[in-house]
Amino acid sequence: MKKLIALVLALCLTAGLFAVAAADEPITLKIAHIGPQTGAAAVYGTATYRGAQIAADEITAADGPYDIVIINEDDTHDAETAVNAYNDAMDNDAQMIVGTTTTSPCIAVGALAYEERVFMLTPSASSTDVTKDKDNVYQVCFTDPAQGAASAQYIADKKLATKVAVIYNNADAYSTGIYQTFADKAAELGLDIVSKTTFTDDTTDFTVQVADAQNAGAELVFLPIYYTPASMILQTANANQYKPIFFGVDGMDGILSIEGFDTSLAEGVMLLTPFSADAQDEKTVKFVETYQNLYGEIPNQFAADGYDAVYALAAAAEAAGVQEGAKAEDICDALIAAMQKIELTGLTGTMTWSSNGEVTKTPTAVVIENGVYVGFGN
Amino acid sequence: MIFLSNLVNGISLGSIYAIIALGYTMVYGIAKMLNFAHGDVIMIGAYIAFCALQYWNVPPLLALLIAMAFCTLLGITIEGLAYRPLRQATSLAVLITAIGMSYLLQNLALLIWGANPKNFPSSMIQIPAISLFGEQLRISGVTLVTILANIVIMILLTSFTMHTKLGKAMRCVSEDRGAAELMGINVNQTISATFAIGSALAAIAGILLCSAYPTLMPTTGSMPGIKAFTAAVFGGIGSIPGAMLGGVLLGVIEILGKAYISTELGDAIVFAVLIIVLLVKPTGLLGKPQREKV
Repeated sequence: MKKLIALVLALCLTAGLFAVAAADEPITLKIAHIGPQTGAAAVYGTATYRGAQIAADEITAADGPYDIVIINEDDTHDAETAVNAYNDAMDNDAQMIVGTTTTSPCIAVGALAYEERVFMLTPSASSTDVTKDKDNVYQVCFTDPAQGAASAQYIADKKLATKVAVIYNNADAYSTGIYQTFADKAAELGLDIVSKTTFTDDTTDFTVQVADAQNAGAELVFLPIYYTPASMILQTANANQYKPIFFGVDGMDGILSIEGFDTSLAEGVMLLTPFSADAQDEKTVKFVETYQNLYGEIPNQFAADGYDAVYALAAAAEAAGVQEGAKAEDICDALIAAMQKIELTGLTGTMTWSSNGEVTKTPTAVVIENGVYVGFGN
Repeated sequence: MIFLSNLVNGISLGSIYAIIALGYTMVYGIAKMLNFAHGDVIMIGAYIAFCALQYWNVPPLLALLIAMAFCTLLGITIEGLAYRPLRQATSLAVLITAIGMSYLLQNLALLIWGANPKNFPSSMIQIPAISLFGEQLRISGVTLVTILANIVIMILLTSFTMHTKLGKAMRCVSEDRGAAELMGINVNQTISATFAIGSALAAIAGILLCSAYPTLMPTTGSMPGIKAFTAAVFGGIGSIPGAMLGGVLLGVIEILGKAYISTELGDAIVFAVLIIVLLVKPTGLLGKPQREKV
C-alpha cells in the first residue's frame, strides 16, 4: 500500500513539473560573465559584460523558454583573480559561463571548468590554447591563427602592400600567436616581411621599432597587438612623419575610445573584425542604438561578441533542453552536443561550431574614417 | 644618421630616467631609505597635469606648477604619515611600508581615474621639432625640453646642496644623522624638505615622461620607477651627478641595445650592464666607498 501511495505521489510531482512547463513559465538560466572590468584590459571586459547584459535582457523580455540572469564577475585580466571569480560564480549557482574575456585568465579558468564539467563559451579569448584538449570550452571569436592567416590573406588579396613590417608583443601569447601564423601565411603568399621588432608589456618607448620599419621601407605595418601600445606606435610614427598603412586585428578595437587620444592619428588604420558598428543590417542598428542609450558610447567588437555569446548559450540550452535549476555538471555534455548542432546568425556573422570549440564565420575588414569604422570594400 | 637619431632618443629617455633617479638618490642619500613609492608619485603628478590641461583648461605652465605643488604636498604627507613614525624602525620595515605606499597610490589612482588609459595632451610642450643635416635628423620639441630640463635641474640641485643652508643641512644629515641633530639641525624638517624636493621633481618627470610617451595609466610610473632606481644604483646611489650619469647611460644603452642587438633583449641588456658595473665597482660609477666605522 505504502509503495502505491509513494508511486501516486511521485506521479503527481512529475505531473506537476510537466504542468509548470506546459504553462510556459520561463526557466531561469544563470549565466556567469567573467571578464576584466578594472585594470589594463578593462575596456574588453566591460564591453563583453554590457553586450551580454543587453542580450540577456532581450531574451528575458521575449517570449522564449528562458529568462536569463547574468552573474557578473571581474577578473582584472589576472589568472588568479579569474579563478576566484569563477569559484564565486559557481557558489552563486551559475549554470554556464560566458567568459573569460581575455586569453590568459581563460586558460586558467578553462582548466578548472574542464575538471568540474562547466560549459564555457568565451566571447573573445582567441588563443588556441583556450580550447585545446578541453571539450567544454567554445569560442565566439576567431582563433589567433585564423586571425593571423586571414590578415595575411587579406593584405595579399587586396594588394595593400608587398613590403610589410610587424611590431608585436613577445611577452604576450595572443600577440606572438597571431604573428607566427601571419608570418607563415605571408611567406606562402609572397609578402615580404622587411622588419620584425618586438616589445614587452612594460615598454614605453617605440622609437626603435618604428624607425626600423621606416628605414626598411615598409608600406604596411601589421600590428597584432592591443590598442594601448598601438596608440603609442601611431603617435611615434606621426612624430617621425612615417605614414604607412597600419593594419590591426581585434585587439586594435578600442583605440578610438582612449580618452584624450587624437583620433585623427588613427585615420586610415585598418583592422580585421567580424563586427562593425556602422553596418546597416537591422540587428546591428538595433544593438548599437540600445547600447548607446544605455552606456552612451558606440559598442565595439567585444560588446558584439558578448551579445552573441549569450544568444548562442540560450540557443544551445534550448537544443539541450536545460531545465530549471539544472546543475552545471549535469548539463555540460548536453550543451557540448547542442553547440555543434546550432547555427546562429548574430551580430558577428553566421556562426557554426566544430567539435574542437572553434567557430566558423567570415571576417571582414574595416577602416577608420573620420573617427568611425567604415566597412572596407569586401 | 640612424645611429645619431637613436642616440638622441636614448639621451631623451635617459634624461627622464635621470630626473626620476634624482628623486631616489636624494631620498636615499639623506633619509637612507628606498622610497619605492617615488614612481607612483610621478604617475600622480602626470594625472594632475592631465586633469589641469584636459578638464580645467589651464595654460601648460600653470598645469606644471599645480602638479608640482600637489606632488610636493603629497610627498610631505607620505613622509609624515608613513615614514616618520618608522624613523627608528629597521630598514626592512621602512622598505615594506614604501612598497605598500606604492600600491596604495596605484589603487587610489585606479579608483579616481579608472583603468582606461588616458592620452596625455600634446599641448603641454609646444616647441617645434628641429631638423638637422638637411631633414635627416629630427629632434622633437619634447626631447629638447627633456634634455634641457635635465641639465638645468642637475645644476640647480647641485648648487642648492652645496651653497644653501638647507642644502648643507641635508648633507650633514646624510653624513651622520646623530651628529647633525647634536649640532642643532632639525632632522625631521630636513628630511621633509628632501621629500618635498624629490616629489616636485617627480611631478616634472611625470609630465616629461607622459609628453614623450603619452599613455597614462595607474601603472605608468612603476616600470620607469624601477629603471630609474637601477639608474641611481648604476651611477652610485646617493650621488646627484651619479644619478644623472646613470640615467642617461641607461637610456642610451637601452635604446642602442634594442636598435643594434635585439628588441627582445632590450631590458635584459640594461640589467646585464648593471650587474657588470656593480661587480667591477660595487658603489656604482660615481659612488664613494664608505668605510664602516667600528
